[in-house]
Amino acid sequence: MTTKFTTPQSVIIGADQLDRLIKALSGLGYQVIGPKLEDDAVQLLPLTGADELPLGVVEEQAPGTYRLKPAKTPAYFDFTHGAHTWKQYLFPPKEKLWSASKTPKGLVIDDSMDTPKYAFIGVRACELAALGVQDQVFVDGEFASTPYKERRERVFIVALNCRRSGGTCFCVSQNTGPNVKDGYDLALTEITDKAGHRFVVEVGSSRGEEFLAKLETSQANDTDLKVAKKAVKKAAKSQDRTMPANTADILLRNQESTHWQDVAKRCLDCGNCTFVCPTCFCSTTTDETNLDGDTASRWRQWDSCFTLDFSYIHGGSIRRDGAERYRQWISHKLTHWHDQFGVSGCVGCGRCITWCPVGIDITEEVKALAKGK
Amino acid sequence: MKKPKLAVWKFSSCDGCQLSLLDCEDELLTVADKVDFAYFLEATRAKLKGPYDISLVEGSVTTPEEVERIQKVRKQSKVLITIGACATAGGIQSLKNFANVDDFINTVYAHPEFIDTLETSTPIAEHVKVDLELRGCPIDKRQLLETLGALLVGRKPNLPNHSQCMECKMSGTVCVMVAKGQPCLGPICHAGCGNICPSIDRGCYGCFGPKELPNVPALTEKLSDLGMTKKQRHDVLRTFNAAAFAKVENGHG
Ligand code: SF4
Ligand code: SF4
Ligand code: SF4
Repeated sequence: MTTKFTTPQSVIIGADQLDRLIKALSGLGYQVIGPKLEDDAVQLLPLTGADELPLGVVEEQAPGTYRLKPAKTPAYFDFTHGAHTWKQYLFPPKEKLWSASKTPKGLVIDDSMDTPKYAFIGVRACELAALGVQDQVFVDGEFASTPYKERRERVFIVALNCRRSGGTCFCVSQNTGPNVKDGYDLALTEITDKAGHRFVVEVGSSRGEEFLAKLETSQANDTDLKVAKKAVKKAAKSQDRTMPANTADILLRNQESTHWQDVAKRCLDCGNCTFVCPTCFCSTTTDETNLDGDTASRWRQWDSCFTLDFSYIHGGSIRRDGAERYRQWISHKLTHWHDQFGVSGCVGCGRCITWCPVGIDITEEVKALAKGK
Repeated sequence: MKKPKLAVWKFSSCDGCQLSLLDCEDELLTVADKVDFAYFLEATRAKLKGPYDISLVEGSVTTPEEVERIQKVRKQSKVLITIGACATAGGIQSLKNFANVDDFINTVYAHPEFIDTLETSTPIAEHVKVDLELRGCPIDKRQLLETLGALLVGRKPNLPNHSQCMECKMSGTVCVMVAKGQPCLGPICHAGCGNICPSIDRGCYGCFGPKELPNVPALTEKLSDLGMTKKQRHDVLRTFNAAAFAKVENGHG
């Protein structure tokens, strides 16, 4: 994992260096993951070169919709977050914990882990904040996960300052973005002006500094830095969605509100919001056996507080009503998370708003509750 | 240890679910090694007498004869598992539940007088106690093997009742409704198919039937926003699991 590190100077790399960056990381044995256009969405997938990055694409996001469109200026990273989250790689949807096989020599336990060395390209500020939140659970927490820790320690992070906000982003109000703060190896800000297509690169770790030597860099001048800063400010300014500052309290005071029934009428209990949320960390454990009955394996897989199984105890599920399940989700995320981890469970990325099939907007629900509806 | 006896029974159905068992090419020999196919006419003429340890029941109840036969099957079976949309929900043939059966018979058959059928097509669970249900039209072969494997070692099979959406998200499939504006039944539909339709760029059409407590009215509203007419919204729920969706279409089931 990256530790706080400050270098005296930012440097510039030309846009043509992106390819070198990806290839050099591959050369160092990293499995490079980054944005790729597939199936009408930006996805986070293995990359082999910069030609696979979605150049000149932006997206329109709104509650319940996501659409790609061509950008006016061909830039590499002007779309924001897409259909995937980095958690898919660090906290995979389904992971084998161990297996046991009957053999002539006796019972053989296999608890080997799948801990690839990843390099993530284009991690946004909100996503870095979300990694920090999940680290509290899986690295430092009572239920720490060794494979998560190993993957997390190895991951090389090329972060990105957003110079455009997506339609559902509200990182400003959650104080997580759009500019990255720490927790990266290198951080990029894209510039596309008359002086050329280039990136300001900030170094966030000694590993990042060492790596930078593999690229052709030049000193950043004041204009470069100003342009970069201004662009990110513009992204921040363009956000109109906000989460009320006293959200934790609003929810606490309204646990019995009739508004929960209003949400339940619209909510499909489909669980999409929990699975796209970069901080949601719940899982369930399942056991599998092969047909021969000689190998058993234990798996950990994503779970959601929107299922009945989630609150199933002897005799039945505690939260049968959709209202109770939605309340559980946002109360945990926005209130109890503070008690548990000292931060909000929401980093303001807006994914749950975009990818909710019926466009339920977490910020609007909190506001409606505040009004005592 | 004696091998458990497995029987496969057919009621009103197309045989597709039984074929899923035969379709387990790679695993079929292992299955055959672990159980005795005591009664499985689709695969073997040999018939062993009951009782049976595991009965797989395909098809719905649509004739007076089937009403009686399912009781006999239940009596001879330790564990009874319904397989497929017909057995678990009444199947496509439950469309007759919403119509006048005689009209159908007169339209379809040259000699309607030979047809002895009930007014309705009903799932097996409306007649006898069912221990486990495998959804789908047809069932998913992995779920079938998971269930048989679980029973063989005496554990609970993993057959989640949650939404299809969760399957999509876990496999990284992009939501066709959000990203393409395609109508999809995923949010009200039972997971388990292995994510077939959304992963090939089309909406789920519900062959695994309703998920646990589905919110059909909320999805219907969305389908309307996406341009489906009232008739289309009605028809999309009237397929393989018509009778099951009809029960829950007015609110959380
Ligand atoms: S709750 Fe929604 S907006 Fe907040 S971090 Fe999760 S997905 Fe993003
Ligand atoms: S929420 Fe902020 S940091 Fe995240 S993608 Fe949007 S603008 Fe960028
Ligand atoms: S809030 Fe939206 S995404 Fe979340 S469970 Fe409800 S309908 Fe699904």
